[in-house]
Amino acid sequence: MDDAAISISDLQFAWPRQPPLLAIDALEVGRGERLFLQGASGSGKSTLLALIGGVLRAQHGSIRVLGTDLAELSASARDRFRGDHVGFIFQMFNLIPYLTVRANVLLPLRFARVRRDRIGRSGEGFADREALRLLAAVGLTGPDLLNRSVLELSVGQQQRVAAARALIGRPELVIADEPTSALDADARADFLSLLMNECRQFGTTLLFVSHEAGLGSKFDRALTMADFNRRTGAATAA
Amino acid sequence: MPSRSPLPTLTLALRSLWNRRTTTLLTVSAIAVSVALLLGVQMLRAAAREGFLNTLSGVDLIVGARTGPINLLLYSVFRVGDATSEVSWKSYQLIAHHRDVAWTIPLSLGDSLRGFPVLGTDLDYFRHYRFADDQSLRFRAGEPFRDLYDAVLGADVAQTLHYRIGDSIILSHGLGEVSFVQHKDKPFRVVGILARTGTPVDRTVHVSLQAISAMHIDWRNGYEAPPGERVSAERARHMDLTPDGVTAFLVHMRSPVMTFTMQRAINSYGQEPLLAILPGVALTQLWSLVGIANTALSVVAAFVVVAGLLGMLTAILTSLNERRREMAILRSVGAGPRHIFGLMIFEAGLLSAAGVLAGAGLTYALLLATRPILHNRFGIFIELHALSGLELAILGAVVLTALLMGLVPASRAYRHTLSDGLQLRV
Repeated sequence: MDDAAISISDLQFAWPRQPPLLAIDALEVGRGERLFLQGASGSGKSTLLALIGGVLRAQHGSIRVLGTDLAELSASARDRFRGDHVGFIFQMFNLIPYLTVRANVLLPLRFARVRRDRIGRSGEGFADREALRLLAAVGLTGPDLLNRSVLELSVGQQQRVAAARALIGRPELVIADEPTSALDADARADFLSLLMNECRQFGTTLLFVSHEAGLGSKFDRALTMADFNRRTGAATAA
Repeated sequence: MPSRSPLPTLTLALRSLWNRRTTTLLTVSAIAVSVALLLGVQMLRAAAREGFLNTLSGVDLIVGARTGPINLLLYSVFRVGDATSEVSWKSYQLIAHHRDVAWTIPLSLGDSLRGFPVLGTDLDYFRHYRFADDQSLRFRAGEPFRDLYDAVLGADVAQTLHYRIGDSIILSHGLGEVSFVQHKDKPFRVVGILARTGTPVDRTVHVSLQAISAMHIDWRNGYEAPPGERVSAERARHMDLTPDGVTAFLVHMRSPVMTFTMQRAINSYGQEPLLAILPGVALTQLWSLVGIANTALSVVAAFVVVAGLLGMLTAILTSLNERRREMAILRSVGAGPRHIFGLMIFEAGLLSAAGVLAGAGLTYALLLATRPILHNRFGIFIELHALSGLELAILGAVVLTALLMGLVPASRAYRHTLSDGLQLRV
């Protein structure tokens, strides 16, 4: 039994025609653990997240997510795996602008059978109710919220919609890449605690990446890229 | 039972297109207009061909003095060009009274009314002449000529020259638009105006064979008689007006199987060099000449469609950069490059399908609106029917071409998604 949410060993990655960006001997994130990862821009954070998400493929080493070795999956199986088991939140402009709040929150269910089934087989009513519950859990309520255009929302509200989207269908792992950078201090603390609550409640593993070291104290564990990446600083690529 | 996806590809593509609705609308319009052009040309072409080949109906042979078949067809049916010589009255009578011949229509040409050809014939013309699907000539006003100096006008003649029943007209010698030699001494009265046929009949002034003789009774070798030797209109009535000959004549056999025997007999007639042609064959030959311009028109229309589709390609390609973020978001929630590829192809398919549908609708709307004009002004009669197999195939080809073109933005989006990963580029 593999009880790690993420288990990386002997990993090496370089962008084409560039020096190695990542060289990680070992990194492990336990199931249900909320890990804070800090690193300057260009330190390979985003690349690491893309590797864990299965969008990129490492040249060397292994990445196991929830017990599955991503290297053993085909590209489309990795896409499916990501959809089924990983929720993403990005820095900003996370949403598809021409879709309503509902369509944005429910978007992962379009691709992820496992998350769709987890919500229930009884049609959209269940999905809507779960979407509303999640939006409320991350602090977003309002009349006819689901049918609103996401363009009418403030950046803070948009990030909450993005969080609800990452959490819908209870994926085992949520990866947040600088999700609070566009928020002011109050909203940031609020957003973070609500996200943590939701993850705690359902035992969701949270990998939270930020350049702001100050946030780290709220997590089970805090790491910087330099703690495990031997190549940190070696490249300046995005 | 698997749970239902809350956001099918169709909805996603539709909402994305709606988000870019101005471009979408313009793209669909461009395709629609080009498809309407292609379809319209196709339908007009078919109708024009149909109309052309049906210029003459129920006639088994056209007979004239020996010349080329197309030349005979041109001057006898289309009233274009001159006959070099005539068929003698004796030969005409011989064939007209042959036991296998049901009826004949004599055609005597050479005069004109302000550019419109004058045709000398007899009453059998109004009785037997058929065009299109066996339609006979109908009078919009008046009746066939009865008096020597009566004339019946084709629809175009009456409309262009603003003649009405009872008007007096002066015919000119020769076929020019402006003729210096007029048959001023023998004015005609308009007694009938024919309904439109969409054939050269519309451009023809009809008088009796005897009227043609009367007009030329005092002419010698193609020249007007000097003033002292002229024969007045009244005096001509009492003279022998049997024509010397006719320019050509139409023959209908008692049984179609006798046609070839008669044709051979006429073509080898020893007394006079004559030519008998099968109108269907000659019309098809002539159409194959005219048809080249027609085909050129279709080729041009096809290129316009390609231009419309290139517009679509441009629109989709232009949108790609601003949609890289959208693609990355879709990837983060589990969409593979193949999904993105499919989405782009689907988009091209949707745009072209919408364009094709709108184009077909536009074609029908335009045809419905212009049908009376096409019929009245150009004599092209268009039957509004469901799309033919060929037309459906054309529309299918447009969508197929669009899907093939969609491969370009789709493969570019595919490459974007691979290289961008999850990075949200602005």
